[in-house]
Amino acid sequence: MTHVPISVTVDGTVYDGEVEPRTLLVHWLRDSLGRVGTVVGCDTSSCGACTVLLDGRSVKSCSVLAVQADGHSITTIQGLAEGEDNWHPVQTALKECHGLQCGYCTPGMVMSTVDLLSENPNPTEEEIREGLHGNLCRCTGYHNIVKSVQHAAEAMGGAK
Amino acid sequence: MIPVAFDYTKVNTVDEAVAALVSGGEDAKIIAGGQSLMPVLRLRMAAPEVVIDISDVAEMQGVSDAGDAIVIGAGTTHHAVMNDPLVKTHAPLIAMTTETVADPQIRHRGTFGGALAHADPAGDLPAAAVALDAVMTVAGPDGRRDIPAKDFFVDYFTTSLEPEDILVSIRIPKLGEGWAYHYEKFNRTAQGWAIVGVAAAVKRQNGSIEAARIGLTNMGPGPVRATSVEAALAGAAASDDAIAAAAENATDGTRATSDLHAKADYREHLAKVLTKRAVAKAAGV
Amino acid sequence: MTEVLDTSTPMGRPLKRKEDARLLHGQTNWTDNIQLPGTVHMAILRSPMAHAKITKLDVSGALDQPHVVAAYGAAELGDLNGAIPCVWPVTDDIQMPPFPALAVDKVRHVGDAVAVVLATDKTAAYDALEAIDVDYEPLPAVVDMEAALQPGAPLVHDGEGAPMSNECYTFPLPGTGIPYDEAKAKADVVVKRRFVNQRIIAGYMEPRAVVASPMGMSNEMTVWSATQIPHILRVLLSLVTGLPENALRVVAPDVGGGFGGKLQLYREEILAVQLARHLGRPVKWTETRSEDMVASHHGRDQIQDIEICATKDGKLLGLKVDLLADMGAYLQIITPGIPLLGMFMFPAIYKMESYDFNCVGVFTNKTPTDAIRGAGRPEATFAIERIMDELAAELNMDPMKLREMNWIQHEEFPYATIAGLTYDTGNYEAATAKAMDLFGYDELRAEQEARRASGDPVQLGLGISTFTEMCGLAPSRTLGALKYVAGGWEHCTIRALPTGKIELITGTSPHGQGHETAWSQIAASILGVEVEDIEVVHGDTGRAPYGMDTYGSRSLAVGGQAIKKAAERLVEKAKVIAAHQLECSVDDLEFVDGAFRVKGDPEKAQPLAAVAFEAFSAHNLPDGVEPTLQAEATVDPDDFSYPHGTHLCAIEVDTETGKSTIRKYVCVDDVGVQVNPLIVEGQVHGGLAQGIAQALYEGVEYDEDGNLLTASFADYLIPSAADLPSFVTGTTVTPSTTNPLGTKGVGEAGAIASTPAVINAIVDALRPMGVTDVLMPASPQNVWRAIEDAKGGAA
Repeated sequence: MTHVPISVTVDGTVYDGEVEPRTLLVHWLRDSLGRVGTVVGCDTSSCGACTVLLDGRSVKSCSVLAVQADGHSITTIQGLAEGEDNWHPVQTALKECHGLQCGYCTPGMVMSTVDLLSENPNPTEEEIREGLHGNLCRCTGYHNIVKSVQHAAEAMGGAK
Repeated sequence: MIPVAFDYTKVNTVDEAVAALVSGGEDAKIIAGGQSLMPVLRLRMAAPEVVIDISDVAEMQGVSDAGDAIVIGAGTTHHAVMNDPLVKTHAPLIAMTTETVADPQIRHRGTFGGALAHADPAGDLPAAAVALDAVMTVAGPDGRRDIPAKDFFVDYFTTSLEPEDILVSIRIPKLGEGWAYHYEKFNRTAQGWAIVGVAAAVKRQNGSIEAARIGLTNMGPGPVRATSVEAALAGAAASDDAIAAAAENATDGTRATSDLHAKADYREHLAKVLTKRAVAKAAGV
Repeated sequence: MTEVLDTSTPMGRPLKRKEDARLLHGQTNWTDNIQLPGTVHMAILRSPMAHAKITKLDVSGALDQPHVVAAYGAAELGDLNGAIPCVWPVTDDIQMPPFPALAVDKVRHVGDAVAVVLATDKTAAYDALEAIDVDYEPLPAVVDMEAALQPGAPLVHDGEGAPMSNECYTFPLPGTGIPYDEAKAKADVVVKRRFVNQRIIAGYMEPRAVVASPMGMSNEMTVWSATQIPHILRVLLSLVTGLPENALRVVAPDVGGGFGGKLQLYREEILAVQLARHLGRPVKWTETRSEDMVASHHGRDQIQDIEICATKDGKLLGLKVDLLADMGAYLQIITPGIPLLGMFMFPAIYKMESYDFNCVGVFTNKTPTDAIRGAGRPEATFAIERIMDELAAELNMDPMKLREMNWIQHEEFPYATIAGLTYDTGNYEAATAKAMDLFGYDELRAEQEARRASGDPVQLGLGISTFTEMCGLAPSRTLGALKYVAGGWEHCTIRALPTGKIELITGTSPHGQGHETAWSQIAASILGVEVEDIEVVHGDTGRAPYGMDTYGSRSLAVGGQAIKKAAERLVEKAKVIAAHQLECSVDDLEFVDGAFRVKGDPEKAQPLAAVAFEAFSAHNLPDGVEPTLQAEATVDPDDFSYPHGTHLCAIEVDTETGKSTIRKYVCVDDVGVQVNPLIVEGQVHGGLAQGIAQALYEGVEYDEDGNLLTASFADYLIPSAADLPSFVTGTTVTPSTTNPLGTKGVGEAGAIASTPAVINAIVDALRPMGVTDVLMPASPQNVWRAIEDAKGGAA
């Protein structure tokens, strides 16, 4: 099988590699780069656990070919905080509001929330629920996730 | 799961894409955002030998004003379409319908043309396209041609695109002043595909409905133009009763099927209820 | 009596979780993250048919594929093909047909494992499956339970020694109280219903995964698995594979949810261990979600014929329950016992004179069933709470009033139920009063009346569920009496380390519940140390050798007792050392804020950390005191605990489309003493979502040939944030008396209580239209059909 060279910026670092064209972005991140913070939950683009930012916009990395990320920039859950003590407000909010339990959906939920708030800094509860409907969570019933997003919006200066 | 192995070609122009399709033959598949194709590949329900990536074809990106119509590049993402000022101004039904497609992540990658060419009977956009008499601009080995939306959707997951054709752009005629719109999508969960959807464009004048255009989602192998409803609405009073009466015709010409999510009789019932609602909302009744 | 805990300690406070930092930064150790040198990846060829003979199986083609190391069918696997044991043979004459890891000669459900390929590359392993040559001769599939029991039905198991029917077992509970017929003879009203509690999946977000790694030339094997039960798994894997238990280490690293679905010994775990041992190199397997849908156990799936009888004033007299419970194609570890956990709960919080129960377990050509969140109790609660509403309608009584006049009054506890349990404590009046207040019951009833009067196409319904459940599984003697093979105790070891840190080793195995935080709170409150100074060690039989793991809302109710006892024992030992150091008698010391102080002379004190160092250096210990400061406790619970609560749901039903939208959901749960109210609330939220999902969205569907129709998350509808409301939650606190912490259990409460509340609300909305039941999930189509059927019935 022909491998294709790619060069992708992941969490600020440029990675050059060769991939089989069929390689999913999420598998390249996990298996080749060892950046295992991004996880896989399904095979039908349903659960959103694998959500990363591609050039700043949320995408499901199980539904993007690694070759299609060539020349682009990826941000994962591992690239969000600026140092151990400098959490992204969305990460802080999820802890404050108990917006996670098992934590498996969390990487995707965080990345989707970052995207949501970048487009709509002050969302209503309905907009939050609609905006996160591409991410499934089995533990929280979403109640505290919604609260977390509201909390983050406030912390980021969106809400009045 | 992981797709079956394939070769990958990235093209930069429409001509290159057609050439790649010609050389790839029936075993070639186009990928743009990949949001329809990737699940199919991952479940190994399709196994193309070559995948042709058109996501960098500049000509297929963005929306332009063509006077009496707007032209949406087939490779324009849903997210770009629903936020585009030209679309919002001249084809709000497309923007409204696109907002209901899948979820934010998928709308960031998935494309307008991809959703149409995939021709999923439960897909939302085909109904809006037929309601608005969209015209598909297609490139093939013999050059370019236009296919009206009503002739584009042929069967389940099947369009009139030939294996060596590529959908380049979609022309949406401007309906002009006085029209209002609504897409009524009915699904079991927010992520779920439409059980039935109704795309409605209504022109009101002096308390009555002058004209209407209705497209139905998932009421047959492809989108259905509800012409009987349109005829019944033309000149009807803009009232609940008149709209409800017209909507009773919503199943004319449909071929609803039964599947896991709904039986045909329920779909037929929904088509009437949702048509009534879509028209009423569009008409502001 | 329960002691009153000091509010100045971490106990009872809504502390933020210690677990969250790593989970929020992608620093988690999921099983699939493990990449060991030399690993071979396992892929499994699964049956596309529900029932078929394997007429040909040739795996040699796979061996020719790139990167493939080995391939096996059952024939090639031979003695390595372990069988999954059922450890709960509920009756003496239960049929327990073999459940081989790889199917032998015959496949019995879609997803049954047929062959296995191992390759050095994950993708190559999948690719090579397509090179396996397999032929099937289809057999008629047994899908419907009632059809399965008909004479002449095709047999799921028909080999030598196999049962002659699809009946797995019949379990009659000898009637308690007066005979049911006598109760019925006294009754003015008898209501009989058939409810279907549909098949569902657990739906944890982390797919299952296992890595088995042998250690060189020794017998030792380390197994990482996304499991709820590393300790039980170790025993079972040893029994099945013959690997000495003392050479087997099972680790449950970070586990992404379980909900009962990871309370299992799965065939893939057996295969990974056997093949890792055979090949002498690590074997890794991670399921795809599509595999999970067919290969991980399902739950519920009961047909419930239930009859209740009462006086015309509404006094309950008797209850009769006849269950058909779908086992699926094989018995997983506790498949047959699940309905029996429900057996105790059908009478719920109500007093009555008679109770009759019978359950028939049935084999079908479907994925095996087993525990899912609540395990038997949601099914029972659904049936009783549904029929209470039906009885209320029959009596023309308010459904809450009917409940009130029949439930156990708070002053009647402890109360021996008609099902043979003794409920220790409870206060249904208090929880209900609080819930009704939060809900605004009277206002909503008024709105319902108005909508009915105006013929609004959107009708309003109010649903009630006053539930209880049994938690704290379980007193070992009780388990023995029920023929369950293992016990229900729990263990804790606490070590005060020389540097002042505390190591708390628990036998519970969390997968999202927050044990690291909650267990630290319990121990910190007793030891007087900071929560941050405690490290909770769990889920690793190497580091936490004793335990019975996490399921059945047992971890706090049982494991919490062990923590408390171990911590107290540690303080006792430290006190002896401190007294020696401070040159006083033990009786002269008090233990305050983590330090031993001489009574009346608080300047003379020694903190626990200093004692820990003394115990480590051992330079100056009293005679007869052994070095090191640690204590352990293994606790077998005296009895179950019984959380309860009142759940109220208001639903708007669009009668034109059948779509139901929750307008308001209020619940007041009494889970006893709370260690961390934040975590309690989160557990309730998640349970509510899962129970509501069963009511409205989720259901495993097969076609008549046994093909799974809901084979992915695209078709099996797990609700998203957009499909659920926010919840109004409250609590009352009636301490349990069956454990010294006064705790009960909260993991399953929401899932058990919410399903009937939702369905009762929908039926309540539509009752004037003649609707008396709606099939779950109450999809718009099912609701619409219920309305249409009622119209037809009226005509």
